[in-house]
Amino acid sequence: MGSTSSTLLKIPNVEVLMQETGFSPAHIIRLHDRFKALDKEGRGHLCPQDFGAIKELAMNPIGDRIIGAFFSPGKETVDFHTFVKILILAHFRPVDKNRPKEPNSPEPINSRSNKLKFAFQLYDQDQDGKISRDELLKVLQAMLGMQVTEEQLESIADRTIQEADLDRDDAISFEEFRKSLEKVNIDHKMSIRFLR
Amino acid sequence: MAFLQQFALLLALLIVFSTSCKAAALEVDTVEVGHNYSSKSTATEDTSTSTNNSTDGQAPSSITTLPIVIWKWHHVETPYLVALWILTCWLCKLVCELNHNATSVIPESGLLIILGFILGGIVWGADKAQTFKLIPVNFFYYLLPQIVLDASYCMPNKLFFSNLGAILIHAVIGTCWNAGTVGVALWACYEGGAMGTLNIGPLQFLLFGALMSAVDPVAVIGVFEEVHVNEVLYILVFGESLLNDGVTVVLYNVFDAFVSLGGPKINAAEIIKGIVSFFVVSFGGSFLGVVFAVLISMLTRITKNVQVIEAGFIIVLGYLSYLTAEMLSLSAILSITFCGVCCQKYINANMDEKSVITLRYTLKMMANGSETMIFVFLGVSAIDKNIWVWNTGFILLTLFFVVVFRFMVKHATPSGQGGGGNNTTGITMKPLVQWLKVKKATQSDLTLNGKMNNRAFEHILTAMEDICGRMGDNWWTRHWKHFDDKYVCWLLMKSDAREHNDPIFGAFHKLNLEDASKYITEGERKGSLAFIRNYDSASVDFKKKLALEYADIMPNIMADMSEYDFGIDNVPVTSVMKNTIPSVSLDIHEQDRKSMPNDLSAHHILDQHLYKSRRDNRATYSRSHYNTSENPDEMQEIFQRTMRSRLDSFKSAKMGVNPAKKLSKHPKKDSTHKPNGKPADPHRTHPYGDEDFEFSADSASSSEIAGHFPRRSTNAPGAGVDNPAFIPEMDTSPPMRNPPWQTETANNTAVAPSQRAQGRLPWTPTNLRHLAPLRMSTHSTDSLALADASVDDEAPEEKPGTHHTKL
Repeated sequence: MGSTSSTLLKIPNVEVLMQETGFSPAHIIRLHDRFKALDKEGRGHLCPQDFGAIKELAMNPIGDRIIGAFFSPGKETVDFHTFVKILILAHFRPVDKNRPKEPNSPEPINSRSNKLKFAFQLYDQDQDGKISRDELLKVLQAMLGMQVTEEQLESIADRTIQEADLDRDDAISFEEFRKSLEKVNIDHKMSIRFLR
Repeated sequence: MAFLQQFALLLALLIVFSTSCKAAALEVDTVEVGHNYSSKSTATEDTSTSTNNSTDGQAPSSITTLPIVIWKWHHVETPYLVALWILTCWLCKLVCELNHNATSVIPESGLLIILGFILGGIVWGADKAQTFKLIPVNFFYYLLPQIVLDASYCMPNKLFFSNLGAILIHAVIGTCWNAGTVGVALWACYEGGAMGTLNIGPLQFLLFGALMSAVDPVAVIGVFEEVHVNEVLYILVFGESLLNDGVTVVLYNVFDAFVSLGGPKINAAEIIKGIVSFFVVSFGGSFLGVVFAVLISMLTRITKNVQVIEAGFIIVLGYLSYLTAEMLSLSAILSITFCGVCCQKYINANMDEKSVITLRYTLKMMANGSETMIFVFLGVSAIDKNIWVWNTGFILLTLFFVVVFRFMVKHATPSGQGGGGNNTTGITMKPLVQWLKVKKATQSDLTLNGKMNNRAFEHILTAMEDICGRMGDNWWTRHWKHFDDKYVCWLLMKSDAREHNDPIFGAFHKLNLEDASKYITEGERKGSLAFIRNYDSASVDFKKKLALEYADIMPNIMADMSEYDFGIDNVPVTSVMKNTIPSVSLDIHEQDRKSMPNDLSAHHILDQHLYKSRRDNRATYSRSHYNTSENPDEMQEIFQRTMRSRLDSFKSAKMGVNPAKKLSKHPKKDSTHKPNGKPADPHRTHPYGDEDFEFSADSASSSEIAGHFPRRSTNAPGAGVDNPAFIPEMDTSPPMRNPPWQTETANNTAVAPSQRAQGRLPWTPTNLRHLAPLRMSTHSTDSLALADASVDDEAPEEKPGTHHTKL
């Protein structure tokens, strides 16, 4: 793989990246290799086709949405920085429990609430800060098998909103979303072990 | 026929009659009581009959007249007893299974031991001696190998090797620690007088410690299955129990030798030899297992013509690896373990699907049967005064120390291993596991939100893992995969098996088989004479029919129609591809017709129908149940929907543009070669129809395309898995004004169906459209279906599998 330092130098702004994300050089290099492998045409950035080429994502019910999450609205490409940051922004790194809580430091990117925000944004496609009934319905449709009828989907969506919706506006805001997931152990669910 | 039956009846009567006469006439030989006893007892019947017989082979002078029928007990004694005991043990298992309330308290293995106690008591009561013991020879040579072979063959390799480090640590260091500490602690207590007088020295204690440290795979897994722990714990304990044999054997032999040598003769040289022997035994055993695995894999390459007994080869060779290691005093269990673990992948690829299924079921049956027998015999053997030297202190202290030291091992390692133990502590494990709050893999009482989001997070995580490349892919994994793809597979797998190593292709392949069989039915229904139907198999020689040459890509297109029931859409071509969709639809309809949105049904639906993520699919291996680890139906469905939605967005962006035109940019298109002719209508927008034409035409002319699909080993290490469906040469021509996100759908849809087309050769214009929407989840209001309205008139009947009541 070549010596670490030489590979690192090829990546622009790598120190800033390492600092922001807390990844070790080895991790950055591995992610960079992966980035280059995905970027088949060697353009230095990724586009949706490149993600689409990952066949496992096609097997993922919400794969397309996740791909969409990599591209901020309006942009059509992802460079390495954004790639890594979203992997972190998607907070796929176990939360460091032992980090001392400095009051002035910004909340670590991979905190629980940021992870929840990522998931929330997956549901909330129009980015209005609320998951409407329709959006929920679409998500349920994607995640449930074909045998489920439309009425069942609607009833599930209704019950789900009922459960979480505290201010009775027929939509789930981020706060309500967060509350409803108090009991779920997010960190375990949304962490890739090897990125520790 | 009637005469024959009467004759048989007469014969039976004669036999019974003469037997009873003969039995009365024979003398009782009291000297040979021990050997000539026969007793059959079953838990249900609870009777024991014992008859004494003298041998028949005595001096001819005792026979005065020609005997019509002779009581030949002596001839059949051994096999008869063996068979009877096997039957008894399995009947005991049946009894256990029928009483589920008991199995919830005590694990099944415990119940079997208790039943063994009862049986042993009966035998002992009749014989005053335990005539049916579990002797080591029987156990090690006839009962254990198949259990280990089954366990290793069904071992989830990826999980095993990725956790190999932890497993080895537990196996080696954990076992040594246990052996040492238990031995020393017991010895200390003995010295302290807690056990009264036993005539043993420290070495014997160490020996005993070695014995106790053996975590028995059989019991532990039996308990774990009932408790459903998480997969990492499962693989750790399971792997450790298999691997620690290497250690245990060495430890035992070493201490045994030391005991015989006597204390004073043990010096540094001996100890060093002991350590060296550990390495030789374990690595030698493993290496031997790998050698046999290679042999097996190579053998399965050429057993195409003896598929009937293909599965048997693996069993025999596995057993041979066990015995060979035993012969060389290496670790036999390690040998058979690595044999199973290493050859899995290759033999599954090489063998015909039916052989694979046969092998799995056979191994499961043998393993389960043996396990049952072991437990029952343990119980039986325990009722024997000769081995009963009950020393309360000894036993209690043993239990205590084993638990304590296991506990300490658990806390020393982050993975969290619950109390281990062998059979005697198996029963204590269950409450222990619960007490230690081992992370259970059960779904707790979550809200709807919780459930849905749980699953969503899993999907997200899986997706992120896929984006990052395979999880935990380190240098070793990548290079092993590269090496494996390049050299090992070349050596050990059949050439056409190599090309179909792809799960998607595999799923498509099965799909094609289904399509093919449906096509056959269609053709037959329409009275076509093109199909040669034998008595029980309709073999359609597609190659001949369509004069196409890419034989490689259509494996097994000869659908076996023997069980095909005309009119039922149940394709028994592979049993893995169970078409569960129809039956589940029925279930839903029955259950929810009221459409009352109550909580229970919503939860039920979520539980049943949420697509499983890859993480869920992992933890489904089981010792007593035959499971498929992945649901190809679901995968297929998700894949189709994703492709469909990508195509939708593509089409909506490109309204009005004829996709067929776009596809015609395919560089390899040979416009002259169009068998069966394209429909004249250029505005046919049915994507699958067009593309199938396109690619069937093309692939006929250029088998290069065909060659692209299986080509997967061209990816660089670390690149993750390429999408084989993605042909780089495809002209990505759509203008850039479209969001790039949507243009790739053209490539994918263009390519994906052609994989189907590859295998799905027998098309005609009319049939094609009929077959095409087969696996598609048709939302009746979506744009494609609208375009197909005219098409669908041809195919009025909907297959139950694709019938949806949505909108």
